Amino acid sequence: MKSTSTKSKENKFAMRTKVFFRSPARITLFIAGIFFIISFVELLTGATDISSPGTSGATLRLATPLLMAGLGGLWAERAGVINIGLEGMMIVGTWTAAWFGYLHGPYVGILAAAVFGLASGFFHAILTVKIGIDQAVSGLAINLIAAGAARYLSGIFFPPVGGDRTVSPPVESMPKFSIPFVAPFFKSIDEKEIFLISNVSGLIYGVTTDLSVMTVALLLLVPLTSWILWRSKFGLRMRFCGENPMAAESLGINVYRTRYIAISISGMFASLGGAYLAIVASSVYREGQTGGRGFIGLATVIFGNWRPSGVFAGSILFGFTDALRLRQSESVMALIMIVGIASLLLAIFYSVSRNWKLGGTYFGMALFALWVNQRVEVIPQEFVTAFPYFATLIVLTLLAQRLTPPAMVGLPFKRGSE
Amino acid sequence: MTKSRVFWAVVAPTAAIFTSLLFTYIILKIRGVDPIEMFRLMISYGFDPRNLVSELNQTVAYYMAGVAAAIGFKMLLFNIGIDGQYRMGAFFGAVVGAAVSLPPILHVLVIILTAMLAGGAWAAIAGYLKVKRGVSEVISNIMLNFIAAALIAFLLSPSIFGILPEGTQVLQTRSIPTSGRMPTIKAFDGEIYTFLFLAIFVGVAYWIMLNKTVFGFNLRATGLSFRAARSSGVNAPGMIFVTTVLSGAIAGLVGIGTLLSDTHNYSMAFPSGYAFTGLALALLGRNHPVGIFFAAFLWSFLERTAPVLEFEGVPPEIIIVLQGTIVLSIVVAYELVSRINLRQQQRAVGSVSAEVIDKDSKSVKETE
Repeated sequence: MKSTSTKSKENKFAMRTKVFFRSPARITLFIAGIFFIISFVELLTGATDISSPGTSGATLRLATPLLMAGLGGLWAERAGVINIGLEGMMIVGTWTAAWFGYLHGPYVGILAAAVFGLASGFFHAILTVKIGIDQAVSGLAINLIAAGAARYLSGIFFPPVGGDRTVSPPVESMPKFSIPFVAPFFKSIDEKEIFLISNVSGLIYGVTTDLSVMTVALLLLVPLTSWILWRSKFGLRMRFCGENPMAAESLGINVYRTRYIAISISGMFASLGGAYLAIVASSVYREGQTGGRGFIGLATVIFGNWRPSGVFAGSILFGFTDALRLRQSESVMALIMIVGIASLLLAIFYSVSRNWKLGGTYFGMALFALWVNQRVEVIPQEFVTAFPYFATLIVLTLLAQRLTPPAMVGLPFKRGSE
Repeated sequence: MTKSRVFWAVVAPTAAIFTSLLFTYIILKIRGVDPIEMFRLMISYGFDPRNLVSELNQTVAYYMAGVAAAIGFKMLLFNIGIDGQYRMGAFFGAVVGAAVSLPPILHVLVIILTAMLAGGAWAAIAGYLKVKRGVSEVISNIMLNFIAAALIAFLLSPSIFGILPEGTQVLQTRSIPTSGRMPTIKAFDGEIYTFLFLAIFVGVAYWIMLNKTVFGFNLRATGLSFRAARSSGVNAPGMIFVTTVLSGAIAGLVGIGTLLSDTHNYSMAFPSGYAFTGLALALLGRNHPVGIFFAAFLWSFLERTAPVLEFEGVPPEIIIVLQGTIVLSIVVAYELVSRINLRQQQRAVGSVSAEVIDKDSKSVKETE
């Protein structure tokens, strides 16, 4: 009885939030509010890097590989199979893109990464779907084998650079472009240093200038994934296989085939993320280049509540913290202040709608941010590195009941079982 | 029935190892090296007494990781957090060991207990999330591994627990005084860690706990069927939590042998990747303490002999690929074996029920 009443209250609340965000004007207002806080804090602390064009550009560059890993994870998990091998599949992408890119140019490199990524995903599918071994074991083994194979093959194929065979020869870079009219226009506003407006323009300038063709192409995969998942026949089947494969099978859906396709595409996406690292973000393959990005991709899937737009938001957030870490360490402190102010506002918001639990939690977060701001001088680098993992753990702890993962994700399924 | 089960239990790992060897054979052949000669070289190098000593020491560390994973597996828990738990254990063991001054044996005990507590506490986070929040332990543990690495990197900074001795580039904790060190046994120019005996003790204790105690029975029961255990009065969620913590406590001991007998301090040079190794060894050794030992030895043997490959112009990383292949083939082999077993059972049940139906229909006819 009690649980239903709290649930209905939560539903009512969720409904109200949804209604609030239905109007485009309110969304604009909401985003403007966030920007107001950011500009205000920047003015206060002098950490101007949060909304600088450099940071937004770097964010996009750092977020794209995470996004690809996340989308890859999403494809597999929506079909009901968890893909812990994302990291390994990214390694496959970095290596093949760099090697084939070095031999035949970047486009062939990307194509090769896509093909080999597809193959690595297919391998995962054979092991988990056809043979039915534990999905985590398969993924971990793929991570290990891919890392080992990349190092083995580097040792054989790459010409040694000063006795070192861990770096590939450089790949020709891909063309870059700025969006005409838009980029120069916002650049001019950014330079005028008007409060708020310049900050927004700086951000827009950052993401519209010096864009790689590949970045744009990969970003388009977000709406595409969204469309396939929610609007196409295949997407419906895929989600069905993730929610209830037995029922799907009884309705005549070929669960095995659907999962094969989904997991193969998952591998291809992760591998393309790797190709991006090797070709766009740098111009070589380097050992350990993926640096746990596959696992962050796994985290963005949870963070984004198994939705393409959520995965996108998560990867932007994690890419943003990474960009700040690389650029200006004071910005991280300013960011904490922003989080503190935002938490305080959320605390007030939730308290008004009498959701004491969440209100209290956010109030606690605001207090914590204040304490950090007062007591700690510099946020250690290590904590910023661990931020994505930490954020995901917090989301899992606080919001686990609100997350809606595919019901049968990670569980084995045998054809003809009940 | 049981006889065929034992037969298959032995056949599966053997077949897996042979498949992997065949795989390596082909790869070496492609590379243009004589595989048989290579294997011979590796075996003679690996069984050289001097190398055996260091292999044994490494085996002990792997063994602890394997036992930690096996405890989790018995509960159907996939403890991929061994890496983080081992780090926490070794790090806090080193910090506490350097900070206190106690009489010799007590000092060692305090360090070991601290390591187990730290590992167990770190695992408890994943256990709590699993039991209270329904979060998959795989996901939370992956996150916790990264967080542990970052946390320790932070705590190792010179302003907190770390020191940077002159002439080195590696941050480390203060050294543990002599009273907190474990002796070594000198053999063939090498030193065997006495931690080995503790590892053997842990293996025996694991076996007794699992097979001879009520706790072990409850653990296995919960692992086999959560619902059945719960309805027969076992506190199943509690068992999951306790098992997670226990697994973490054992994982906390992974680095202790090296810490107390060799380096005497924790540094960034401590290796990573124990989580996957532990899981692989538990799978390979079928969660049995003796099986895990042989698997652990195989693992450290392969790693120790990898440099031999390099002399012949083969990049030694092929060993990593080989290890991954062993794990995959073993898991696939078990899966296929369990299918064969299932089919046999079904056939047995089928033939019995066919007889029953036969009899029934006869008796029906007779009465008619």
